[in-house]
Amino acid sequence: MGVGIEVTNLNAWYGANHTLQDINLNIPASHATALIGPSGCGKSTFVRCLNRMHETNPIARVTGSVRIGDLDIYAEAKPVEIRRRVGMVFQRPNPFPTMSIYDNVAAGLKLNGYKNRRSLDEIVENSLRNSALWDEVKDDLKKKSGASLSGGQQQRLCIARALAVDPEVLLMDEPASALDPVSTSKIEDLIFQLKAQYTIVIVTHNMQQAARVAEKTGFFLNGRMVEFDSTHKIFTNPSDKRTEDYITGRFG
Amino acid sequence: MSTNNFPLRSRLRALTDLAVTGLTILATVVVVTPLVAIFAYLVYKGASSLNLAFFTQIPKPVGVAGGGMANAIAGSAILLAVASAIGVPIGIGGGIFLAEFGRGTKLANAVRFTADVLNGVPSIVMGLAIYALIVVPQKHFSALSGGVALGIMMIPTVCRTTEEMLLMVPHAVREAALGLGVPNWRSVLSITVKTASPGIITGCMLAFARVAGETAPLLFTALGNDFWSSSLNQPIAALPLQIYVYAISPYDDWHRLAWAGALVLIVLIVLAVSLVRYVTSRGVLKGAS
Repeated sequence: MGVGIEVTNLNAWYGANHTLQDINLNIPASHATALIGPSGCGKSTFVRCLNRMHETNPIARVTGSVRIGDLDIYAEAKPVEIRRRVGMVFQRPNPFPTMSIYDNVAAGLKLNGYKNRRSLDEIVENSLRNSALWDEVKDDLKKKSGASLSGGQQQRLCIARALAVDPEVLLMDEPASALDPVSTSKIEDLIFQLKAQYTIVIVTHNMQQAARVAEKTGFFLNGRMVEFDSTHKIFTNPSDKRTEDYITGRFG
Repeated sequence: MSTNNFPLRSRLRALTDLAVTGLTILATVVVVTPLVAIFAYLVYKGASSLNLAFFTQIPKPVGVAGGGMANAIAGSAILLAVASAIGVPIGIGGGIFLAEFGRGTKLANAVRFTADVLNGVPSIVMGLAIYALIVVPQKHFSALSGGVALGIMMIPTVCRTTEEMLLMVPHAVREAALGLGVPNWRSVLSITVKTASPGIITGCMLAFARVAGETAPLLFTALGNDFWSSSLNQPIAALPLQIYVYAISPYDDWHRLAWAGALVLIVLIVLAVSLVRYVTSRGVLKGAS
């Protein structure tokens, strides 16, 4: 099951660049939360702080606290432990090019030392079913490389790969922005199904997408979170003038 | 009026296309010609001296007909095995350090610079250095010293190609592994190196093929041997050495054997490289890039 995320006074830097300033918000468990805002507003940096990927860049720095469930991820855990509990799907599909479809899905478990072959088969199948890819690849699991799939299939493969390690939270950084409309709608359907089981945080440039998949939406601007509310409220009656300007297309 | 120009411009464009295509074909021919010419000449000069005895017998004294280079072929194989056992793991390890763990550090810059300088050291100097470091203290020439000399010559090529190939692995692939909670060292070994492995293997093969034909570093180390020897502690024969000795001799039948040896050397290198390529490409999946 998904768990809630509680972010308190989060600040992040790239070198001297203060990319996130005093972010406070509560992301509800087992719901989809969308983050919108113009390019460079800090929303990608924000999700990368939720699984401590931000600090893989040597010039990056973070302060503040993030609680996932009852775990303070910066004070109480190592980055690798967090990333097993908080899965991530990136903007561009990034399957491991030399691995088969099967090995791509199993990678997270295998590389972390999981050896039980029988249940691995089961996990791979379940993950591919959950990412709505099973029927398309079940005959080629070990024959084809992950890179041989179409872009949309690759992205669903990456979702399956993230699901296979059984995370509680799924972070999606513009997961459909490199895909065609048909693949995009498949990914959106998927998010709709997955949010019953996982807490989903999705960064998107596409406001209709946010409106379609998310219960809550946060609007980021210049490294600050301007407004966080129910998606309906954000898109119909935002409290902040800047949010209104953005969603009505006056800038960004 | 511009529509009137259209057929002319279109013809001009077609001509340019034809000219450039022609030039690239010409360039290809120029690139391939030397290799084909050398190989054809070797076949012409050497093939007639090739027979079973060449591959099964050791050299006969001057004036005695027949004899072969079996010991030199085996000797080269042993020397190259020793060289690869040294050059490949150290080179790949160094390359991994440069690309993954030491990136941007002073130590990495020093290592990279050293590898580049080492790559420029003339092979005869490498032979002399190993002579001073191994042969002199041991007081005798040996296969081991020859293998070490060749192995050290392999290191910079393997190291630098490994680094380049690892740096070509997209950042997204590394992030995917880290995002799954895979520790960095594991991600480097199981994901990044694996993704880059075709290029790394090419680098190893390049280094292998290069040292397989080296003569100079063996002159003061492996020395050469007219008899069978498989001991790492004894002087050992090698194809390039044997070719060198036979080629500068005044005897016609030795000259013919030298040509045959050169032909065999090239064919064996091509075979070894093809074999490695075949073995390593068997596991590659459909559509893998």
